[in-house]
Amino acid sequence: MSEKNNYIQGKTGPWEVVIGLEVHAQITSKAKLFSGASTVFGGDPNTQVSFIDAGFPGMLPLINNFCVEQAIKTGFGLNAQINKISIFDRKNYFYADLPQGYQISQHLYPIVGKGYLEIELEDGTVKRINITRLHLEQDAGKSIHDQHPNKSYIDLNRSGIALMEIVSEPDIRSVEEAQAYIKKLRGLLRYLGTCDGNMEQGSLRADVNVSLRRPGEDYGTRAEIKNVNSVRFMGQAITYEIQRQMEILENGGQIDQETRLFDASKGITRSMRNKENAHDYRYFPDPDLPPLVLSDEEIERIRALLPELPDAKKARFIRDYQLSAYDAGVLSSELETVSYFETALKHLKEANEKSIKQLANWIIGELFAALNRDSLLIEASKVSPQSLAELINFIYEGTISGRLAKDIFTEMWETGEHPDKIINAKGLVQVSDEGEIATVIEKILNENQDKVMEYQSGKDKLFGFFVGQVMKVMQGKGNPTIINKVLLEKLKS
Amino acid sequence: MTKLTELTLCEARDGLVNKQFSAQELTQAHIEKIEETRALNAYITETPDIALKMAQASDEKLAKKEELRPLEGLPIGIKDLFCTKDIRTTAASKILDDYKPQYESTVTQNLWDAGAVLLGKLNLDEFAMGSSNLTSAYGPVISPWKIEGNDRQFVPGGSSGGSVAAVAAGSALATTGTDTGGSIRQPAAFAGIVGLKPTYGRCSRYGIVAFASSLDQAGPLTKDVRDAALMLKIMASHDPKDATSATIPVPDFEKLLSGNISKLKIGIPKEYRVEGLNPEIDALWAQGIEWLKSAGAEIQEISLPHTKYALPTYYILAPAEASSNLARYDGVRFGLRVPGQTLDELYELTRAEGFGKEVKRRIMIGTYVLSAGYYDAYYLKAQKIRRLIQQDFEEAFKKVDVILTPTTPTAAFAIGEEPKDPVTMYMNDVLTVPANLAGIPGLSVPASFTKEGLPLGLQILGPAFEEGRILNVGYVLEQAAQFKEKALKLRTST
Amino acid sequence: MTIDINTVHKISRLARIKIPETEVESLKGDLNRILGWIEQLSEVNTDNVQPLYNISLENMPRREDQINDGNYSNAILANAPEAEFGMFVVPKVVE
Repeated sequence: MSEKNNYIQGKTGPWEVVIGLEVHAQITSKAKLFSGASTVFGGDPNTQVSFIDAGFPGMLPLINNFCVEQAIKTGFGLNAQINKISIFDRKNYFYADLPQGYQISQHLYPIVGKGYLEIELEDGTVKRINITRLHLEQDAGKSIHDQHPNKSYIDLNRSGIALMEIVSEPDIRSVEEAQAYIKKLRGLLRYLGTCDGNMEQGSLRADVNVSLRRPGEDYGTRAEIKNVNSVRFMGQAITYEIQRQMEILENGGQIDQETRLFDASKGITRSMRNKENAHDYRYFPDPDLPPLVLSDEEIERIRALLPELPDAKKARFIRDYQLSAYDAGVLSSELETVSYFETALKHLKEANEKSIKQLANWIIGELFAALNRDSLLIEASKVSPQSLAELINFIYEGTISGRLAKDIFTEMWETGEHPDKIINAKGLVQVSDEGEIATVIEKILNENQDKVMEYQSGKDKLFGFFVGQVMKVMQGKGNPTIINKVLLEKLKS
Repeated sequence: MTKLTELTLCEARDGLVNKQFSAQELTQAHIEKIEETRALNAYITETPDIALKMAQASDEKLAKKEELRPLEGLPIGIKDLFCTKDIRTTAASKILDDYKPQYESTVTQNLWDAGAVLLGKLNLDEFAMGSSNLTSAYGPVISPWKIEGNDRQFVPGGSSGGSVAAVAAGSALATTGTDTGGSIRQPAAFAGIVGLKPTYGRCSRYGIVAFASSLDQAGPLTKDVRDAALMLKIMASHDPKDATSATIPVPDFEKLLSGNISKLKIGIPKEYRVEGLNPEIDALWAQGIEWLKSAGAEIQEISLPHTKYALPTYYILAPAEASSNLARYDGVRFGLRVPGQTLDELYELTRAEGFGKEVKRRIMIGTYVLSAGYYDAYYLKAQKIRRLIQQDFEEAFKKVDVILTPTTPTAAFAIGEEPKDPVTMYMNDVLTVPANLAGIPGLSVPASFTKEGLPLGLQILGPAFEEGRILNVGYVLEQAAQFKEKALKLRTST
Repeated sequence: MTIDINTVHKISRLARIKIPETEVESLKGDLNRILGWIEQLSEVNTDNVQPLYNISLENMPRREDQINDGNYSNAILANAPEAEFGMFVVPKVVE
């Protein structure tokens, strides 16, 4: 692991940005953390609210077992310590979308302790970002402020939904690292099925802590940018914040420890008005909830049911399929991509290093390009993994040329047809018959005698011209290897 | 025949089964008694129509000789801290205003499932915070007890003041209360009736307006010990909706009243002989010891070394939990709302107007002891001392089977003569609070009178989940004390 | 530990209860009286004592992940001081 230098050059010298992320991930449970109300997104206001979620007098919380299990699973995915005893605390503050006047969270004794996540950077290095902890807590309801000049509206559907709060150490040193971290974390959560990672819908949100310091010195004062809900916005917010802080510090000023919001329309962060920046949450253990005690049996049972995690899968792809680290990384990052790749793999007539490499190239190249162009997820791919495998089989066997394969793929994408149908219908089978090719070559050479003489007297570049002409006559179906071989022979004589 | 309102719960149960009177007659008698004794202000909300409907349904069951439920047709009152569906629940506070819960508490549901009849919701200290029932937003409750030749009005005690006044005055056969620091036992002693605080977790807290979650416990207020045993059997249950609800099975407590306490070891804690303990109460305690000795029990002095720290510990933990539990009363979703220009103003004005002085004081203390920088010195410290107090009892119960103490340091005080200093007022609970901190059950049995004729009670404490044992000891004491018989000669009602 | 007027104001702000100026002094007095009395707890040696977080003897019971509650917005809004469009209404909050 190399320590890259990410220093930012200011007017008065270099600065190092120090970033920590607190990610809130909504658990994929059907019901809420402490009540049986539904968690489905987008319901009519206050229809997914129980008396417990609404904080009515005498109501009591009861923990959802599924949520506990997802936290443990995620802990394993983060290579973290699972704490057998954890305690729920009340975080006390007043806000209209917090009906009880406190949030049930975990303060001193969270369910998951220290762990780490390894991120791959573009230059190929791998960096370990340490995780401080993961704890369970309730989400708050929703306040709508922009529907009326002097009223705000409160919908408690989200109140009480289970969140995992995942806190990283301040180990992140650049926008690239921050984005790689959030993408890796999101991929992991989706892999495990513990969170759907949908940032637009708010099921994954990040609070970004940013500070600057002179290299080698103590941490500077940090600002917290709350509720960043896209990878792109994260990059913009951090970039803006670095500039803002650098300007203040270079002019001899001080950074206020405060909470800020990212304004996506303007690309800036701004201070949150009227918010008591230093909250006194008066944490104390929730007397309505005994300590959460996990048995060894339970922990082992969950460990045994874990799917192969992304890093292990990547290592296996490299080992078993001789894929490059980059290819293996891309193919293993999302469960749906893994599924596609592995299904296609099963349908390869011959699965060896060469054909698998071809498959990998096609998925990472042509397929991803088509998906991006049409804004589709791989699960909705218009070319099924079986069809893609069939296409690869044809290429591998030499039935079609690599050049034509791209056109065939496009046709497959647009029509949904199988490759063999398209190849036969359009008569695109590659011609590899030496005799046939020789006939075409002879014709071309005869029609271009002057060029032949120029080539033979040293103009090597004309070779490409001949190949092009042959391909044109053969409508791209000529086997390039054979063409080259026969053409070379004929030109020599 | 005894007046219907002077029957005990068990006597009334037998009377109904033996068709001596109907459920409707029984309920009607109590409705009239409520009207007669309205000046005591025991009830905040009376529900005569609902009561008669329920009584009618019971009469139908009784006529068909259908399998009768344990409390079939018996009219009771409910402390206005239990949420009753569609029936106004106030916690004696302005801040709940006209709140009508859309759900029922588990304890009251258990009572309705057993066939009981609802007479109404009973007055209490606001949010159960008090020992006098003087802090209610609906006016104080006046004890039915008076001194002969004197018209001073006395407090019934608190916080379950309405609950005890109704039982003592005969305007309910039995009532429910809650006990966080003594709020069942202390008023029971002041009003000369039986009050039982079960083990923490024995009764569900679901649907009870929370004051201090780790201390609150529902329990019965009754005319005698047998009634308390019957009520507890119905009120107690394992409730899956309450994560602190005990899973231990509920025995038939009535069956455990053998009256035999031969060789039972009774502990007398020396630290309960507090400074300024009224000599009449000291004498009562000695008398109680004699009664139990005569019944064959063995008396032993024990030590509960951390007793004197119990009250201050309580006054850190209870207000702290209360400050958090009462944060939901904010004018947003239910109850009183005082409009404000901003959200914060709405909160501040609503809560200023909606909460009474004592509640505000306790919220402020609670907020302070939890605030940044003070958690370790106060809250954490109190939690540690709480463990020491619990351990004191665990050690004691290795040597003795139950503990006998007076319930209160004094008899009831007159309205207008109550201590103005909050700490002196808190001292009323000095003998009851330790049991709440340790989570153990406690029973108060009326045992004697002051010179002037006001009731005094004795308290029996037992190990966790041994309500049967303390009820049995209480039963023996009750027989020996003959309190009811003596009271008949003394008591007046308004 | 005695508290001053500023602290009284700070606590009342944290607790969202407006204390009229005329009552601040007497409230301060009451609070100090109570806190002074509580001070005696510092006499007790609690060096090796675990705090008692939970009086209940139970392990944390857990519910199954099933939707068996909610879907009664009428009941949720039944006691609302002000509601519109199925939501609770409060004075506008500016963030």
